[in-house]
Amino acid sequence: MEETTSTSAAGNGIVVVGASMGGMRAAEAARKAGYQGPITVIGDEPHMPYNRPPLSKEALAGRPDPAALIFRVPRAAQDVNWRLGTTVTAADLTARTVTLDTGEVLPWEGLVVATGLRPRRLPLPGPAAGRYVIRTLADAQELHEQLEPGRRLVVIGAGFIGCELAATARKLGVSVDVVAPEPVPMQRPLGDLLGQALQQRHEAAGVRFHLGVLPVAFGGSAEDPDAVGSVSLSDGTVLPADLVVEAVGCATNVEWLEGNGLDLSDGVRCDNHLRVEGRPEVVACGDVAKFPNLLFDDIPRRVEHWTMVTDTAKRAGSTLGRHLAGNGEAEDVFAPVPSFWSDQYDIRIQSFGAVGLGTEDIRVLEGSPDTDVVVGYHRDGELVGVVMVGFGGKHAQYRTLISTVGQGAVPVRPTAPEPV
Amino acid sequence: MKFTVDMKKCQDHGQCVYSAPTLFALDDLGKLTFREETDGLYESEEVDESLRDDLEEAADVCPMQAIEVLD
Ligand SMILES: Cc1cc2nc3c(=O)[nH]c(=O)nc-3n(C[C@H](O)[C@H](O)[C@H](O)COP(=O)(O)OP(=O)(O)OC[C@H]3O[C@@H](n4cnc5c(N)ncnc54)[C@H](O)[C@@H]3O)c2cc1C
Ligand code: SF4
Repeated sequence: MEETTSTSAAGNGIVVVGASMGGMRAAEAARKAGYQGPITVIGDEPHMPYNRPPLSKEALAGRPDPAALIFRVPRAAQDVNWRLGTTVTAADLTARTVTLDTGEVLPWEGLVVATGLRPRRLPLPGPAAGRYVIRTLADAQELHEQLEPGRRLVVIGAGFIGCELAATARKLGVSVDVVAPEPVPMQRPLGDLLGQALQQRHEAAGVRFHLGVLPVAFGGSAEDPDAVGSVSLSDGTVLPADLVVEAVGCATNVEWLEGNGLDLSDGVRCDNHLRVEGRPEVVACGDVAKFPNLLFDDIPRRVEHWTMVTDTAKRAGSTLGRHLAGNGEAEDVFAPVPSFWSDQYDIRIQSFGAVGLGTEDIRVLEGSPDTDVVVGYHRDGELVGVVMVGFGGKHAQYRTLISTVGQGAVPVRPTAPEPV
Repeated sequence: MKFTVDMKKCQDHGQCVYSAPTLFALDDLGKLTFREETDGLYESEEVDESLRDDLEEAADVCPMQAIEVLD
């Protein structure tokens, strides 16, 4: 491998910040696009990139095992230089450097922003011990130790992660209360109809919901006043708790990019090639990237879906690799089909498309919300997303339907495929 | 080049089918068709080199990371 300390920009290599799925796939894609210089991936976690979705599901039910979760390093990324356990504290996009927590300054000719998200914490009074979040392998390992039968868990937040966690904890015989301000669990991503149907399945499994209320304070436990023993809610209820998990959404890891004049209000703003605010030598991917998906429209949005990480990382890595290798830019339009799944008990929830754009107009397309169901989400009368509970045999059919969204209604989409 | 699918890990997500439709398929119940052959480790026939990109893509996007490409 070449030295990464030469003074001219060329030869300084690509620096990828964030050593998770997005960072690894972007490095791979840059290589596949013909980039031959050195690539360094820097990540603050101690592990090689690993798979996160199991952390609230099957991996949490057993003891989370790094060996089972770490990805195979793809062939094209075998010569990548990994700097794990290292935090990037700053970047200078003009001087083209990043600064590490070791004080080192690394120059680069291309930068990939792949720093993802971190869980938000509730700024509430009370003890700090006994409060958990779930994003990393370390989080899941710590939490798993606490999930013993008969213990009382209070989950704050009724989004996908909160609900998956509730399901996993029930399977382990843990007593579960879920607290959330919205009137229906998973209301924001799914809407009322499916949210209510899933709430009933959780209740049948013994989960108690406290909806339309907020947690206002944590109380200490009788044995140890410095550890959580209860959660007080805005309606006056006090829930006893042996542990609390805060699953109240995430914040973007962008602080290290401050001082470069970027709009960092919600991730990093990219174009359809995943270039950050038009810079050809800086790209972003994964949960932190806010980009226009031309399948729907040209409004940049962030997407927190596992499959989208690979889609954006391949696009971003290829954009950067091509640019630095002098191969110009891709001519195709980036219009990936969003896909999301969630497992709760034995229920597989699978979505395709931009469900969030169609929650004003929700229709049952097949089946019934009490059993297996396909629900359609519409924008201006057009189907933009589907969510399926069960109906495994029909996934492909509905995915195809979503891949033809637009059909000329969206002027930016150049070639409308045949209708199905 | 061949590939294996660990059917113990596979949860019939079907993402592989969208990436490499000539190599993977779901049956009418939405189960990966290899499930009919084994519930252990499925090993494929020799795959043509021209399908390498599709196959690698399928392995990348499998949510359970059940697919392994053997060179
Ligand atoms: C518990 C859980 C369950 C999920 N379940 C599903 C699911 O069922 N279906 C689904 O579609 N999606 C699911 N997701 C979402 C999916 O896992 C994410 O979309 C994906 O992990 C995002 O990948 P990423 O590479 O963009 O970011 P991340 O995986 O967040 O990686 C970013 C990495 O960068 C590191 N980093 C951050 N800042 C710095 C810095 N300054 N210096 C160095 N390193 C830094 C972080 O520590 C992290 O390792 C789930 C997520 C979680 C947490
Ligand atoms: S993508 Fe993975 S989990 Fe899904 S069917 Fe294919 S092998 Fe199975």
